[in-house]
Amino acid sequence: MPLLYSLAGIALFCIALRAVILATAPLRAILAVNVMSSGVFLVLVALARRTPGLMPDPVPHAMVITGIVVAVSATAMAIVLTQRLRAAAGTNTTEDAPRADP
Amino acid sequence: MTMSRADRKMPARLAHALLTLAVTSVFAGLAFAMLSLPEETSGLAEAVGDELAGAGARNPVTAVLLNFRGYDTLLEIAVLLLALMAIWTMRRGELRLQRDPGEILVFLASVQVPVMIVVAGYMLWAGGDAPGGAFQAGAILAAAGVLLVLAGSDWPQRLSGWPLRAGLVLGLTVFIAVGVASVLGGRAFLDYSGEFVAPTILILEVSATVSIGLVLLDMFLSVLRGRASNTETAASMEDP
Amino acid sequence: MNPVETGATWAIWLIVSPLAAALIAFLLPRVAAGIALVNAVFMTTAALALLDQVTEAPRCFALGGWGAPLGIDLYADTLSGVLLVVTSVVFLATLLYSRSYLARTAIGPLFWPISLFLHAALNALFLSADAFNLYVTLELLSLSAVALVALADETRAVAAALRYLLASIVASLAYLLGVALLYHATGVLDLAALAERVTWTPTTWAALGLMTAGLALKGALFPVHFWLPGAHSYAPSPVSALLSALVVKAPFYVLLRLWYAPFVGAPEVVANLLGLLGAVAIVWGSVQALRQERLKLLIAYSTVAQIGYLFLLFPLAQTRSALQGVTVFILGHALAKAAMFLAAGNIYQYLGHDRIRDLRRVARELPVTLAAFAVGGVCIMGLPPSGNFIGKWLLIEAAFEQGDWGWAVIIVAGGLLSAAYVFRVLGHAFTLGKKRAEGTGAPATMAWTAFGLALLALMLGLAAAPLIDIIGSPVAVAVAIAAVPAQ
Repeated sequence: MPLLYSLAGIALFCIALRAVILATAPLRAILAVNVMSSGVFLVLVALARRTPGLMPDPVPHAMVITGIVVAVSATAMAIVLTQRLRAAAGTNTTEDAPRADP
Repeated sequence: MTMSRADRKMPARLAHALLTLAVTSVFAGLAFAMLSLPEETSGLAEAVGDELAGAGARNPVTAVLLNFRGYDTLLEIAVLLLALMAIWTMRRGELRLQRDPGEILVFLASVQVPVMIVVAGYMLWAGGDAPGGAFQAGAILAAAGVLLVLAGSDWPQRLSGWPLRAGLVLGLTVFIAVGVASVLGGRAFLDYSGEFVAPTILILEVSATVSIGLVLLDMFLSVLRGRASNTETAASMEDP
Repeated sequence: MNPVETGATWAIWLIVSPLAAALIAFLLPRVAAGIALVNAVFMTTAALALLDQVTEAPRCFALGGWGAPLGIDLYADTLSGVLLVVTSVVFLATLLYSRSYLARTAIGPLFWPISLFLHAALNALFLSADAFNLYVTLELLSLSAVALVALADETRAVAAALRYLLASIVASLAYLLGVALLYHATGVLDLAALAERVTWTPTTWAALGLMTAGLALKGALFPVHFWLPGAHSYAPSPVSALLSALVVKAPFYVLLRLWYAPFVGAPEVVANLLGLLGAVAIVWGSVQALRQERLKLLIAYSTVAQIGYLFLLFPLAQTRSALQGVTVFILGHALAKAAMFLAAGNIYQYLGHDRIRDLRRVARELPVTLAAFAVGGVCIMGLPPSGNFIGKWLLIEAAFEQGDWGWAVIIVAGGLLSAAYVFRVLGHAFTLGKKRAEGTGAPATMAWTAFGLALLALMLGLAAAPLIDIIGSPVAVAVAIAAVPAQ
């Protein structure tokens, strides 16, 4: 059973990875990244279930709590940056920022 | 001679297909790695179980977060605070009261916010023995604050300047202070085992809860400012 | 529970002091600059003291009194010691520079606390020996760096910051998934414990792939370097200096530690792939640098190229010379590149732009700044007696030791290419032309801090012999993590 969840976690990770690379707008990339992180957390928590006793392994759970906090911080920064970008561009569309010189 | 639309899309479609192929093979590889893991293993669970008695909390996750691997938690609170500072430099726009929130929302807020505060306190307290803890409690507090804002309260705006900054840094400050106190007392950094383990963990959790709640709430408010500002900009640039 | 001698806590202060200083700087913006500078001086002292301590033997500190694998350990050996010293030196010079910079450019007082968090993150990373702890320090590092880039407050900087942030998060998640797999395969997170337990199973392979990919993306290895030129060039100049000199080296350092323990014995094909990508980075980055119109972009592409040299370590990882060479190279590049970016900042402020074609007469009007840039450029080219020269020399030695002279050819070619783009800039800067109407020169602090860093990079080669001796062999770097009993 833990295996099913961990496979689901990797599937989320991979699908979202593709979505990030192909994202046409910053908000899509941010959402995709959040799905990716959910995938990683799912893998961590699912495999923590493999303990012989009743209690799951607490260390991956602690890792996930830390990971969630970090993900929230990064997402908040990304959203505010996106707002900044839109304000600078002066439009309310979801176009991607003009690429800088390579 | 211009290419037909189908031809022009070919390179893009090819790239997409290659990417999908690459991602699928990554999935296959990871799945194979996953399937080759042994059925049962205990990881660090045994080590945690052995030392749980002296750890100051019966909830093993709390023990890991606030004792065994407390250093990670310290850094993570630093990450939260840093992200807020970053947001402060990036945000634009003013914070304004929500206009016309509607009776239902106001009623809901007036009923739920006190309950949420109590639940947050309970989560904080219960985190020692059962699932719960500083992060969960802090998140609920922040949610209560968000509900207040959405319902038109001006309380969050009155929270600014010195009291706000003091509340924001409280969690990290207490954590560092506890660590330094251990060092000055001749022990390792963040080594507070002994008879005062449980009270120390409680102090750490309470200050962390306050800070986490304030940081998350302020992050939300900052995003709200940006939305108001962008809507104005868009409105002022309407198509003729 | 092991009691710790209070004397052995330089490592703790290296992490705690910048964090505490950041909090004070946040609460009291008016003393923020002063606090940051005081901390920078203290950090330099602490780093030198720690380096002195670990020269005899590596030290390991059990945080929380628990000890790995249950708790988290800090680990300091000569490699981390040396990197901590160069970090504090670059910070000290850059923060001095920033005082004058901030008086002329409005980037806000939060620059100080955020840069202090950056310093704390770097120190915590160099002292970490726990796979998950490294993840947290990498995140603190990346988010601080992104925040500093976005301070520039213009559209291109904000766009570059967003791109940097997204790339960084994706990379961190790949790394974290690798850590998850590694933990679930071995049951521990501590690097030393991992080194003992890792066996080559499909799970370990997957973890190696994920972590390497994530760290390569964070470390701007070709071809995933796309985020670097924008982020490093559109950031405010002191930030560019910190990013190119220090921040971009941290993921490489993590990969290096992982490579020696626990992934020792990683298959050659991966090592050669990394080396190959490094070689391409050297050529590609240098060629792109030559094509740039703007000075800061040129310097940023130079960083892309110089990162390539670092990754040449992996195919040569068994030799001591390669490890020593890369370490000295990191030191030399950090000092020289920081000098170049600070100098570019002076030029930008003085001229109002940084177009290379329009740099005429700058040599006459900003002599110290140009000297800083020129000396930094000489180091980047790898001329003696600079540290970069020693680094490249040791890498070439390592290549011949292993019989792979192909890498040596690349290193030499890279030197020639970097000479091309450095001389291009200097050629324009030394051209005579009409005197500009404005002309007040650069503030003394800003010019001399840049020059000081460049001079250090140049003189590094003279001090290289004792430095090289204290860098242990690859076996020592790896095994030491396992052998030291936690204090």
